[in-house]
Amino acid sequence: MSEAIHCESLSNGLVLVAEPMGWLESAAFTLLVPAGCVYDPAERSGLANFTCEMSLRGAGRRDSRRFVEDLDNLGVERSESVSDAHVRYSGATVSANLPAALGIFADVVRRPHLPPEQLEAARQVMFQELRAVEDEPAQKVMIELRRRHYPDPWGRPSQGARQAIELITAEEIREFFGRRFRPNGTIVGVAGRFDWPRLRDLVGELFGDWPSGDESPVEESPPQRGSTHVAYDSNQTQIGVAYDSVPYRHPDYFPAWGAVGVLSGGMSARLFTEVRERRGLCYSVYATYHTLRHRGGVFCYAGTTADRAQETLEVLLGELVRLGQGVQTHELDRLKARIKSALIMQQESSAARSSAVARDWYHLGRVRSVEELGRLVDQLTCERINAYLAEHPPQDFTIVTLGPHALEVPRGVS
Amino acid sequence: MEFRRHTLPNGLEVVAECNPAAYSTAVGFFVKTGSRDESDQIAGVSHFLEHMAFKGTAKRTADDVNRHFDEMGAHYNAFTNEEATVYYAAVLPEKQEAAVELLSDILRPALRRDDFDTEKQVILEEIHMYEDQPPFGADDKCKAAYYGPHPLGRSVLGTAESISRLSVEAMREYFQSRYGAANIALVGAGQIDFATLVDSAQRFCGHWEPARAQRIVESPDPRQGFQVIHKPAATQQYAVWMAAGPSATDPDRYAAKVLAAILGDDTGSRLFWELVDPGLAEHAGLHHYEYDGAGLMVTTLSCEPEQVEGNLQRILDVYRAAQRHGVTDGELAQAKHKVGSRVVLASERPRNRLFTVGSDWVQRHTYRSVRDDLDAVAAISLDEVDQVLQRWPPSHGMTVTIGPRDQVKPPA
Repeated sequence: MSEAIHCESLSNGLVLVAEPMGWLESAAFTLLVPAGCVYDPAERSGLANFTCEMSLRGAGRRDSRRFVEDLDNLGVERSESVSDAHVRYSGATVSANLPAALGIFADVVRRPHLPPEQLEAARQVMFQELRAVEDEPAQKVMIELRRRHYPDPWGRPSQGARQAIELITAEEIREFFGRRFRPNGTIVGVAGRFDWPRLRDLVGELFGDWPSGDESPVEESPPQRGSTHVAYDSNQTQIGVAYDSVPYRHPDYFPAWGAVGVLSGGMSARLFTEVRERRGLCYSVYATYHTLRHRGGVFCYAGTTADRAQETLEVLLGELVRLGQGVQTHELDRLKARIKSALIMQQESSAARSSAVARDWYHLGRVRSVEELGRLVDQLTCERINAYLAEHPPQDFTIVTLGPHALEVPRGVS
Repeated sequence: MEFRRHTLPNGLEVVAECNPAAYSTAVGFFVKTGSRDESDQIAGVSHFLEHMAFKGTAKRTADDVNRHFDEMGAHYNAFTNEEATVYYAAVLPEKQEAAVELLSDILRPALRRDDFDTEKQVILEEIHMYEDQPPFGADDKCKAAYYGPHPLGRSVLGTAESISRLSVEAMREYFQSRYGAANIALVGAGQIDFATLVDSAQRFCGHWEPARAQRIVESPDPRQGFQVIHKPAATQQYAVWMAAGPSATDPDRYAAKVLAAILGDDTGSRLFWELVDPGLAEHAGLHHYEYDGAGLMVTTLSCEPEQVEGNLQRILDVYRAAQRHGVTDGELAQAKHKVGSRVVLASERPRNRLFTVGSDWVQRHTYRSVRDDLDAVAAISLDEVDQVLQRWPPSHGMTVTIGPRDQVKPPA
């Protein structure tokens, strides 16, 4: 079982959180830099994503080819992405190679070359990403749903818009990097097999002399919400439905999360049973909890043949409304059993834990250990969930459909 | 870490990699049947049957099956491919026996007509879903064009037509002929209590009829060619390109995987530097797939429609250059590090080991430890990679491209 979680705050604001998992061969890191797409200027959507792509094209003493070769030789399985609040760099490898991998990524976030001669290639990569989404209807509907449900800029897609990406200059990328890549707000999450004093010293050496930057507030504008149809040439109609929830840091998080688990955790959960198993309406249906730092949402999806889409939407909305009437003990018991084993199985993945500890720090300013999470789940009762649901029944739905025909939204639910 | 095996009197094999240090236990039934064991009349029955296993048994309704899996906190699912149908669950060690009982029960499904009719709709939805998703069926179409009438050319999902006309009687008959005990292995990985596993197998599967199923393995007679499928609604152009590769029992298969990493891995490969890094393609990759008596080197590409000819030519040029001049020491070392690290990282989860141990057993009737696989990768020489390039050139084969372009010129 997991040992104490280590934490070290540098004077420039960077935080290292590390969970030892001495039984593994591997170690993983998740590096969150406070440069997410909510900081994209209004006419430059996609700038954070573009900057992330450019940061991987050479850093420190490595050109872009050397950068990739060295990481491959260290056996680093890596991924980079941009979320609302962060540019996220993550990697996992055998334990002995963790220090070298962290050293390379310290260069990426502090000393990227952002080479002007590669600007056009990187711009093409941005366009490729945008075009790829156009061919993924299930992804497209959920991107549109999030954009409409959350206030701007919190719901915007990191991929940005083509017109904006066309205009982005090397100078703007440099400026965005200078303004947003900084230690205050940066979180380094590590999990797996490592030596804590050495890791702490290494992170101090790599990041300790990184100067802090200024805070800049994010201005919000209200979302459009309501229901929308996007015309799309396909066999299936994609249905997305969202409603409000509480954020991860909220005292009611566990009951809110438990209610979503009853709706869509495991194949005996309500949506899968009612929409797919009983009626055969679709192959894929789910609801998922999502959190920003200061607000949360539940996002539901179903994809079905156009002529059965109306019925699918009605059954889906019916289940959301029914959830407001409460959950039963046997449903919660099943959810707890699933979570108990999921928490134990998280102990088998350094990558999963490194991401969880970094995420916890961002939302809570502390880390919940697997044991603490287990206790909190154990303490959850039907009464608490039902009290939460009575106060916050699923309602005021944001609905996006995508497919050959628009659907009718039943009265009284949206 | 210890490998154990046992065979029941009815022929069902029980194999496990027992790791007392693991946190969880993974168990699965590997049935040696898949789309290559079907006929065109019943195309898709293996995969449909896999769905039906979750729709109830003599003593459980469909709701019971899902509820019982969830009550034990299992992470469970099933999948079907050309050669196997696999039902699995990852659980906490104390649930090992309960998981084996439930999995073995669903391996004897009721196949009730009402459930069959409802689930048929789900299968048709799954087929429609894949038709709406990249590469819009080009992978199945390429396999069909490449293998022609050979059974490996059949789609795992079947077609909307074959599924619509499939009868529950035909499924029951297929089940009888393919789900005999001697055609199934119970596989375990992680914290396995092997004595209990054998005992469970005897109690829950010992009465299964022994019937051994045959698989006719004919050598394929692959075709070369270039096909264009017009799909005006697509935004990108996609291409799937299949060439012969080493089979599941060919010693060349390790070198083929390393070669695929050198030429077509997601990062740091020749295709990455030629096509993806410069922003010419969204994706370009090469992968090796292995079957009983056949193998495939599969190239996949997605890009802007206007760039498809240029990109196909670049890929062909990359392959020709490698076939002519070989690869370098540096590239080989880099690919070995990458592949080796992946093996180690994946092996930390018992459910990943389950799939590796299970496929080794049903495809080759052998057990290989993580160390064996790491050693095999480490031992690959430049000469072996060169031999694979000569024997299995990825440049020769069948290409299918799909997207907004109604005509595409093949690379020269």
